[in-house]
Amino acid sequence: MKVKVISRSTEEFTRERSNDLQRVFRNFDPNLRPQEKATEYVRAVNSAKLEKIFAKPFIGAMDGHFDAVSCMAKNPNHLKGIFSGSMDGDIRLWDMASRQTVCQFPGHQGAVRGLTASTDGRILVSCGTDCTVRLWKVPNSSVMESDESSDNSSEPLAVYVWKNAFWAVDHQWEGDQFATAGAQVDIWDHNRSEPIRSFEWGKDTAISVRFNPGEPNVLATSASDRSIILYDLRLSSPVRKLIMKTKTNSISWNPMEPMNFTAANEDCNCYSYDCRKLDEAKCVHKDHVSAVMDIDYSPTGREFVTGSYDRTVRIFQYNGGHSREIYHTKRMQRVFCVKFSCDASYVISGSDDTNLRLWKAKASEQLGVLLPRERKKQEYLEAVKNRYKHLPEVKRIVRHRHLPKPIYKAATLRRTMTEADRRKAERRKAHSAPGSMPTEPMRKKRIIKEVE
Amino acid sequence: MGTEQEDSKSEKVVSSADKDITDELDLIAKKYLRGDGANLEVLKDKKLRGQLAVREELYSKSAKAAAKAEKWLNPCGEGYLEAEGLEKPWRAKQPSIVHEVDILSSRKAFDIVLPELGPYTVDYTSSGRYMAVAGRKGHLAIMDMKSMDLVKELQVRETVRDVVFLHNELYFAAAQKKYPYIYNREGTELHCLKEHGAVQKLQFLKNHFLLATVNKFGQLHYQDITMGDMVANLRTGLGRCDVMQVNPFNAVVGLGHTCGKVTMWKPTSAVPLVKMLCHHGPISAMAYHPGGNLMATAGLDRKIKLWDLRKFEVLHTYSCHAKTLQFSQKGLLAIGNGSLVQIWKDSSGDQNYSRYMSHSMAKGYQVGKVMFQPYEDVLGLGHSMGMSCILVPGSGEPNFDSWVANPFETSKQRREKEVHSLLDKLPPETIMLDPTKIGTMRPARKKEQPSKQEMEAEMEAAIAAAKSAPFKKKTKGRNKPSRREKKKQEGVVKAKRPFLDQQMKEEEHISKKKQRISEEVQLPKALQRFARKKVV
Repeated sequence: MKVKVISRSTEEFTRERSNDLQRVFRNFDPNLRPQEKATEYVRAVNSAKLEKIFAKPFIGAMDGHFDAVSCMAKNPNHLKGIFSGSMDGDIRLWDMASRQTVCQFPGHQGAVRGLTASTDGRILVSCGTDCTVRLWKVPNSSVMESDESSDNSSEPLAVYVWKNAFWAVDHQWEGDQFATAGAQVDIWDHNRSEPIRSFEWGKDTAISVRFNPGEPNVLATSASDRSIILYDLRLSSPVRKLIMKTKTNSISWNPMEPMNFTAANEDCNCYSYDCRKLDEAKCVHKDHVSAVMDIDYSPTGREFVTGSYDRTVRIFQYNGGHSREIYHTKRMQRVFCVKFSCDASYVISGSDDTNLRLWKAKASEQLGVLLPRERKKQEYLEAVKNRYKHLPEVKRIVRHRHLPKPIYKAATLRRTMTEADRRKAERRKAHSAPGSMPTEPMRKKRIIKEVE
Repeated sequence: MGTEQEDSKSEKVVSSADKDITDELDLIAKKYLRGDGANLEVLKDKKLRGQLAVREELYSKSAKAAAKAEKWLNPCGEGYLEAEGLEKPWRAKQPSIVHEVDILSSRKAFDIVLPELGPYTVDYTSSGRYMAVAGRKGHLAIMDMKSMDLVKELQVRETVRDVVFLHNELYFAAAQKKYPYIYNREGTELHCLKEHGAVQKLQFLKNHFLLATVNKFGQLHYQDITMGDMVANLRTGLGRCDVMQVNPFNAVVGLGHTCGKVTMWKPTSAVPLVKMLCHHGPISAMAYHPGGNLMATAGLDRKIKLWDLRKFEVLHTYSCHAKTLQFSQKGLLAIGNGSLVQIWKDSSGDQNYSRYMSHSMAKGYQVGKVMFQPYEDVLGLGHSMGMSCILVPGSGEPNFDSWVANPFETSKQRREKEVHSLLDKLPPETIMLDPTKIGTMRPARKKEQPSKQEMEAEMEAAIAAAKSAPFKKKTKGRNKPSRREKKKQEGVVKAKRPFLDQQMKEEEHISKKKQRISEEVQLPKALQRFARKKVV
């Protein structure tokens, strides 16, 4: 007779010395873990609740300006640095880690309307309503690390005076040209005191300009005649023009899919377009209740941040119709400019109340270094939450955001209005000859025409 | 030439061995796939299909990884008892088995004779490390089965009917004369659960932290032991009941009644989920297979029945008495009756259990409770003269998972695990017959009716089939073209009829509806009650 029974010696299954780690044995048999789906579901609900508990996105405010913050620029060469310009002509360089001003750039007489840094991070370009473009040397990072007490202020490298007030500036991603928007779109070189060329299409003012991150010669501008115009520096004339029903305040290109850009519109929505196919938006991002003032893509290209006149900052998925996150505080006023930090983990907003505010891009993310076990656990909880996100309980908890009363009311009102519009259109359609009133999708509705 | 041939041969051998291994791994991986994948062909949404395809691939990958881990990384092998020559395994006596195994295992078989305070009942913790023993006359004890130490012993001076461990060895509940009590390991009485009444049987649902009890009057109580609130108080209405067992697969409580019925309960419904007549006569014992789809019941009608819990059908019926039943982790069935304990095994894989081992106690002992020790090849017996443990090779799961139940748990690990299991405590609503339904879609309730075009297409197909039906060659004028044509026409009419009937029915239905609506519309509300009732 052959007999074998389970026999475990204690030495084999426990640690040898007390400073060893405990030994772990795994058996993945599903029979040992009954009701695993229920357990996973409970974990998903709990992690959704915990995410809500830990959602503290606001890190701090950076105050120092004496007037509303009108524009910001990231320093592509230095993660902690951010430039901001204000309505009283003050430009500051901030250290985001210590939330202090590192350096000031005095000189503008009127409001600073545009700021941008060259791709190598050495030169800062600013422009303003005083009809000047100023080039500044960016202090190197060792200065940034040094004492904050001494009031660093630097002189401009160059001051170029031109004919009209400027509204925006943007630097080429590769090369040393930059474009300003004003009465016309001007292309400048660092070393020339006059624009090397100018573009004009119509008589209206261009209010924002953005270079394409993938193709250095392509740029998009939006103008106050509700148009979005695409330019190519290699051609003598503009390429394309898209006229919408309302003005576009700002444009941002998707850095990972450089043919796509998103326009922040006056009608509370953002519209993602493919620049090759402008007759229809790829996606309409709704949720704001007032004009969207500024937009900036995350370096990952998966999401973007918008700042709005309704005093909130929202984060959208690049292909999602509604916002993933809304940030607001009692003291934050109209938001004029927003930026995603270069590591995609922070969001900076500049608003009417003279402050820059620093937010986490993921509201409940734990800052600092994570231990591997912590990271694994969080990845697991994320996966479980993703798996059960469609269940009502999880969905409700994940979706819920507390809104300030005015925004909540405005959103309800907007919903009522759109619903009424929809009903009216439906009835109109029902009472007219079949086929005479085709339904137009929202992606096309706000577009008037596309001009080649 | 010769060497080349040899080379190719050896390659073939290697490849066939590889193939065997992959086949074996596929067989193991089936268990980890947890059922078939979704049928993606029928999905119309391309994006969803793509996402799900990626997901399915991930599942198969993880199943393969788990299968590999099971094949190569498990430290222990299963126990077995194999007869050689003319020997029969059920003839093997315990002393001979104990003689064959190593010293460590041979210590696990023992008898404790306590004639005064019996009959005894036993319970194990989920890791199998500790055993609780309760004598009818008030003797309670906890033993450490690894070191064979007595942890605590106490005398409550009251009838004790049942004992059960709570989530770990620190707490246990005992059903005493009037009420159940909760004790800690030191023997301090922590709670007296007066609401439960004179409890007959106790069970603990360890994922839900619920203590389920059934009392003399057939009332089933569920109490949450973390918050202390009574989750449910259900009246079975079937009288006194002393057979109770929790299905480990879905945490549904099964009760066996004196009328021969087995009822299954969840705390959130006042009526049983299932009520099945299992035996003609009182139920004496029941047990659930750890897989959850097999139930064994025994009745006083001298039958043991195995039930398929997916179809609620009898799989096999055996003629045999049983006072107590229990399935082991590996699916062996222990049957206790009088002084004889039999162990049955499903050797063929089709749930046809046949005898595997047997063990007879000294004459006059009455086995009251059999319970397999988890993660060990040991069967614990509580009987009228004390309790004993016997070796049953191949009964326990050889490989434990440290995160599920660890027999070598330290107190620090136990504390950690308590916190984690409390965080994952399941709400009572998650108890249902099919726990895999959580997070899945409810199937569409309405059957989609075929559209008009589909109906027409179907009718045309039927007509075409009738037209092209072959004819037999007939004789004597029956094969005339006119006759054949007539026959064909008849066939077409016959094929058409069911469709036309259905169409008519539908039209009638619609017109009736319209009529009803128009009638209601025509008359003002006050006069509607004078409308002529339709004569059917």
